[in-house]
Parts: sequence; C-alpha cells; structure tokens
Amino acid sequence: MTRRERGPLRPPWAGPLGLYHPGTTVVHRLPAGAKLAGLALAGVAVLLLDGPRSAVGALVVAVGVLLVARVPLHRTTRGLLPVTVLALVLGLYQTWSRGWEVGVEVAAELLALVVLGTVVTATTRSDALLDVLARVTRPLRHVGLHPETAALAVGLFLRTIPVLAQSSLDVRAAARARGLDRDPRALVVPAAVRMVAHARATGDALAARGLADD
Amino acid sequence: MTDAPEKHLSTDSAAAAAVHPAPVVRSSVATDVALVSTFAAFIAVCAILPGIPTPSGVPITLQTFGVVLAGLVLGWRRGALAVLLYLVVGLAGVPVFADGTGGLVVLTKPSVGYLLAFPFAAAVAGLLAGRALRLTGALRYLALVGAGLGASFLTIHPAGIVGLMARLGVSFGEAFAIDVVYWPGDLVKNLLAAAVALAVFRAFPDLLRSRR
Amino acid sequence: MIELDDVVVTAWSPDPAGGADRVVRLLGPVTLRLAERRIAVVGANGSGKSTLARLLNGLVLPSSGTVRVDGLDTATDGAAVRQRVGFVFTDPNAQIVLPTPLEDVALSLRRRFPDKVERLEAARAALRRFGLGERADVSVHALSGGQRQLLAIAAVLAVEPAVLVCDEPTTLLDLRWRRVVDDLLADLDQQVVVVTHDLDAARRADRVLVVDDGLVVYDGDPHEAVAHYEALMGQAGVP
Repeated sequence: MTRRERGPLRPPWAGPLGLYHPGTTVVHRLPAGAKLAGLALAGVAVLLLDGPRSAVGALVVAVGVLLVARVPLHRTTRGLLPVTVLALVLGLYQTWSRGWEVGVEVAAELLALVVLGTVVTATTRSDALLDVLARVTRPLRHVGLHPETAALAVGLFLRTIPVLAQSSLDVRAAARARGLDRDPRALVVPAAVRMVAHARATGDALAARGLADD
Repeated sequence: MTDAPEKHLSTDSAAAAAVHPAPVVRSSVATDVALVSTFAAFIAVCAILPGIPTPSGVPITLQTFGVVLAGLVLGWRRGALAVLLYLVVGLAGVPVFADGTGGLVVLTKPSVGYLLAFPFAAAVAGLLAGRALRLTGALRYLALVGAGLGASFLTIHPAGIVGLMARLGVSFGEAFAIDVVYWPGDLVKNLLAAAVALAVFRAFPDLLRSRR
Repeated sequence: MIELDDVVVTAWSPDPAGGADRVVRLLGPVTLRLAERRIAVVGANGSGKSTLARLLNGLVLPSSGTVRVDGLDTATDGAAVRQRVGFVFTDPNAQIVLPTPLEDVALSLRRRFPDKVERLEAARAALRRFGLGERADVSVHALSGGQRQLLAIAAVLAVEPAVLVCDEPTTLLDLRWRRVVDDLLADLDQQVVVVTHDLDAARRADRVLVVDDGLVVYDGDPHEAVAHYEALMGQAGVP
C-alpha cells in the first residue's frame, strides 16, 4: 500500500469525523439508533439464512442501500477494496474445498455485511452514534459510570491521539540521533514513559480545573 | 489490592514517617480518567501505525501490544476500561482501528473476534500482573511476560479463532492455522510489553500503589 | 486572601536500593499570608516551588497544617477552592483536554451554563476576548505553542476565578509569546501567583518568595529577593 510510505501517520490523521460523508439522502436522515439496529438485524439474518441465493440477495440489497446513500466511491473503496480481494480469495478457496455453493455464500455474505457497515459508518456522524451510546448506557450511572465522565473520557481520548502520535515521532527522532533506532526498547520505552507523564499531567490539569469535582 | 502503602513500610521507614507526617494522597478520579483515556489513545496510535498485511485479512499490528500494556500498567479495571473506551469510540465510526478503519463495519470483518476479546485481554493481563508484581528481579519480568501471554492465549486467540470460523466459514483446523501466524509476533510483543511496563513502574513507582 | 499555616508536604519515595518506600519532605514547614495582587515565586528546579503553587488550589494537599483560600480549607472544600483559584500549567498540551478550543473552553463552563447553546456562545465570546475567535473550531493540534498557552489561560479565566496560579507559564514559549502572556497576566484584575524562572518578570511583582530545599528562604521586596536568589544560585555551583 503506497499511501503508507509517507510516514507512520498520514498527516493529517483522518480525524474524529474522518469516515463520515455529509449528505441529505434517506439513509443519512435515518436516526442513528435505527441504523444500528438495522445493521445488527442484517448480521443475524445473514447468519440464519442458508444457501448462495439468500447471500447474493443480501449483497444486492446492501449495494442498493449503498447507491441510495450516494456515498462517493473513492471513500468507500478505500475500505472496501481489501475486503473485496479477501472475499474473492475466500470464495475461491471455499469453492475448491467445499464446492461453489459455499464459496458464493461465504464471499457474498462477507461483502454484504461489510458494505452495509460501510454505509452506516459513512452516513452517521460519530457524535450521533456516541449520543445513542450515552442513552443506552445511562443506566450504568447506578454502578458509578457517570455520563459526563464518560463524555469527558471520549473527548480526552480523541484529543490525545495526535499528541501521542507527535510524541512517538519525537522519540523516534531522538533514538535515531543516538543511533538507537534499531532497538525497539529505545523507541517504545521513552514513548511509554512520556505517555504516562502526559496522562498524569492531564489528570492534574483536570483536577485543577475542577472537572472531576462533580 | 494488598499493596497498600503501609505494607511497604519497614520499621526504619515507619520511624521516618514518625518524623515526617504521612503523605496525603488526593483522591484521583481525574488521574484515572486521564490514564484511561491516554492508554486508549495509545492503543489507537498502535493500531493506526502501519501493520503487516496477512492473507487472512487480519493485519499484524502493535494493537495487542497496547492492549496488554494497558492491563499490565493500569490493572484489570482501568485497563479494561481503556480498551472499552477505544472499542466504543472506534465502533462509533472514528477511524482508530487497524488500517485507519472504524465504524460498525469492523464487526462484519473476519477480525471481529480478536477485537471484541481486547477488553477481556486487558483485564486478564491486569489480574495476572497483580500477582506477578509481588515477585522481584528477573522472576518479576518473566511473570509479567507470562501475564501478557496468558491474557492473549486465554482470550484473544480463542475469540479470534471463533470469529474467523464465523466470518470466513472455515473449520476450526483452518482457523487455527490462520491464527498460528500471529504467535511469533505475539511472543515478541509480550516480551516488549513486560519490559516497557517495568520501565514505566521504575519511572512512576506510585502507579504500583494505585493499581486496581 | 491565601493563608498557609504550618504546612508540611511529604511524599512516598521508593528506596533506590529496592527496599521499602520512605517518606520524604517536599516542602515546609511554611506559614504565609498572601494578599498582594502580584506574587512571584522563584527557586531552583526541585526546590519545592511547584509544590507550593499546587497547594494553593488543593492539587496537592498538606500532610500537616492547613491551606485556606478566603477561609475555605483546600482539604475539605476542594471543589469550592478550585472554583475560586484557577491554575495554569507549564505545558498547555496537558492542560487542554478536548479536541477543539471551543469544546475545551465550553467544558470549563458546563456548570455555569447548563444549556448547551448558551455555553457554546459564552465559550466563543471568551475565545474572542483572547484573540482566538478565528481559531475556535480548528484542531488544538493545529495551534502554535503560544496559542495553546493562550487557550489554556482562556479556559481557566472563562470561569472568572478570584485567584490565578501559574506554574512557569512562559517557560516553553518564544520571546514574542512570552511577552504576550506576561502582558496578559499583568493586566488581569485577579490576584496572580506565578512560579517563574524569568527574573525580569519576578522583579515586576509586588512580592517575591524565594524557595530553596522546601523552605521559603526569602520573602519580600522583589529586587532584594531576586538578588538573594541570584547569590544563592551563584554559591551553589553545579549540583
């Protein structure tokens, strides 16, 4: 994959909303919860239905939804191409070992689910899905998981990814400057120690801002 | 945990504690949130770093290294929470999984078993590490390596094989043959994770006190 | 008014020989009354000046003695103290906890404005006040170091604390941003306690504390205090 050769993290990192494609189609307007439920149902249905015919049917439906959602191809293909190749290899292998019916069924089912998953991912904003999640997990506050703390953790998580990515690049440069860039410990140990130091400084900052006082 | 601060005090340092008032440790919800979020981000960075593609469609990445390290360093509860946070945000569509993917689509891929086993792996690694840390010297290192390997072979590999069987329609034997490819890398990652965990404990000894 | 009475801070320290943990003294005993508007704290690395700063909003709790801010004890009224005392760290990277400036400032305001729309509007206004209005929605990662420190200060001041404590706020900044932050702090209405290695900034304070080996060894006139500190560092030589 040539796109990986530019560096460990393609700058800019696709970001918190990286896989969402804005749009106004029916699929976009469906509530996130409904799409989640639909995807779960599709997963169960594919498991229950047997035979190549229903699998191909599922694939046709999935591609239909993809077309209705008008997700541009270049976005979907980035995720779909490797899976398509995998499905083809798998289909050929299963045809050779168990007959063409199984080959077609397994390959078509895999592709159908991956296409549906891609559509849900591309048509639903992450924050909408996280909101659904917050609603679903609200009962957990009785066991000590406060929704506000969870939301803070999500934000902090997203904020910390670029910080750590940058820090791993710094550590790599430092190791190279000392001629140690072939020793995995010289790369990972300083990165991990810096990470924990960063986490503790962040914890202090959260406490200082009174954000953990609720 | 049994390693409450008082237990570490020998008679000498108990005498020293009489000279100096004992430290007051601030309750650390904030630090826990920060550690959990930061380790979740570390797992994401490990996953986003380029992996080695394999024919089964499950690339070899540093992800499991991050998962095991979270368990070893943070303990079972915070370790599992860190991995859960990572999984949930990834499933919601943020591209934090291997190869820069994200979203519910990963549940439909052959790697689903491995992914869903991660929180359990961190928890098991954390539990076993709690015992390993009672040892000293080289034994401690080996026991930490064992904790990581134990977590990975009790959770990640069995779940991964089940996922492969379900998604690829292959037999146990075939799925096992795919899974074996990851074993050497796993061993190396666990050797490294134990070394890194020990280095982190040397740099921040109080993490040993607050493990839970 | 900040009052420290007979404060001692200790910490656990591992025995280098691998034995049991020991208790070490980081600071104290210290008794202080801080009422001046501009107070600077100078001292060598590891002298205990950061510990002193962290005591003031309950980030560090005294092992013995009491710290009170306007009569509120940091050990028992921590949340109320933190609403009154804002804290700015050296490294804004650790202090900014959310992905964009707007979200980060809004997080500070969540208790004051329960309504999300009002909260975001207030956060935008706060960012405009500090010249970050244009950058409200960009990734924090895309900000320069100086802008990030400005954002960290904005997020703390958005809740209008009565006291601002800064732990080396300009150490990581270039000369230009150092001046921006110094001027900003100088113009605030709040009482400001700043830990600094910048002796010029210290000389502009109303009162300077010199901390060495966990004790306040000089307290008073800025120029004399800085001279005392320079003499202290001169005779100390390389540690």
